[in-house]
Amino acid sequence: MAEDSLISEELRSRVGVKGKPRVYPIEKGLIKQFALAIDDPNPLWKDEEYARKSRYGGMVAPPALVIALGWSDFQADGPRGRAGLHGGTELEYYQPIRAGDTITVTNTLVDAQEKESKRLGRMAVFTYERTYKNQQREVVAKCRQLLINYRAEEAKRG
Amino acid sequence: MARQLYYEDVAVESEIPALIKHPTPRQLVMWAGASTDFYEIHYDGDFAHNNGLPGIIVHGQLSCGFLGQMITDWIGDEGSIRKLTCGYKGMNFPGEALTCRGEVTGKYLADNEHHVEADIWVENPRGERTALGIVVVTLPARG
Repeated sequence: MAEDSLISEELRSRVGVKGKPRVYPIEKGLIKQFALAIDDPNPLWKDEEYARKSRYGGMVAPPALVIALGWSDFQADGPRGRAGLHGGTELEYYQPIRAGDTITVTNTLVDAQEKESKRLGRMAVFTYERTYKNQQREVVAKCRQLLINYRAEEAKRG
Repeated sequence: MARQLYYEDVAVESEIPALIKHPTPRQLVMWAGASTDFYEIHYDGDFAHNNGLPGIIVHGQLSCGFLGQMITDWIGDEGSIRKLTCGYKGMNFPGEALTCRGEVTGKYLADNEHHVEADIWVENPRGERTALGIVVVTLPARG
């Protein structure tokens, strides 16, 4: 492999290896924080009384929370020390995630590819699959995330 | 909340009611705090420039979250999102209006549930689609 590859040997060796599970309590405060951040007035994620009377029986996580859950820990799994961009998110959502749930997330790096980009020069695309289980060990969601690494000097030249 | 959408009410090729968002740098900071995505390209202009970007940019997942809001507004409390995909194809900048849009591409019964699929995207003020994907939802049916 080229010495100046954007994909280190260490990362390449991790393709297919399931990461260690990480546990996140889903608290009402976190749900409300996401609602404020998106500026979404939907009472399902802002109003405990309204949510209690809904079919969910309580506050639930908006899709924004599901895709972002545990992001800083997820970043720690990934490539470091280069310029990065987020390529894409693919969420499959099987059951609601509720306030009071405890969600365990496991990341697996499933692919690492180098490509050419008109704008960024050479780039690496890392594909992760994340599995979310609740406290009953049911898989409530899966999320595929594409993270891009590139060299800032090449992007600036382009 | 909004009136409930039923499966029978949805026509293929119909549009999802558009949602316009006005992300500000402050909103990007709030998203960073909620999501724990503290990558500096979203709030530190010098850092963004050093990364070869024109300026600070909106988090891709925040734009996906905006699309999520458009959809949950549309489907009502009885609807559910089953699949939501978003490719972050172009950069979005705070201070610009972002318009979330969608168009229904199909509807079908599967596993005893009424499914609707739609193309979804975010448009910047120049009409460029900076984030695009699909959504699959299930809806209650009257019949």
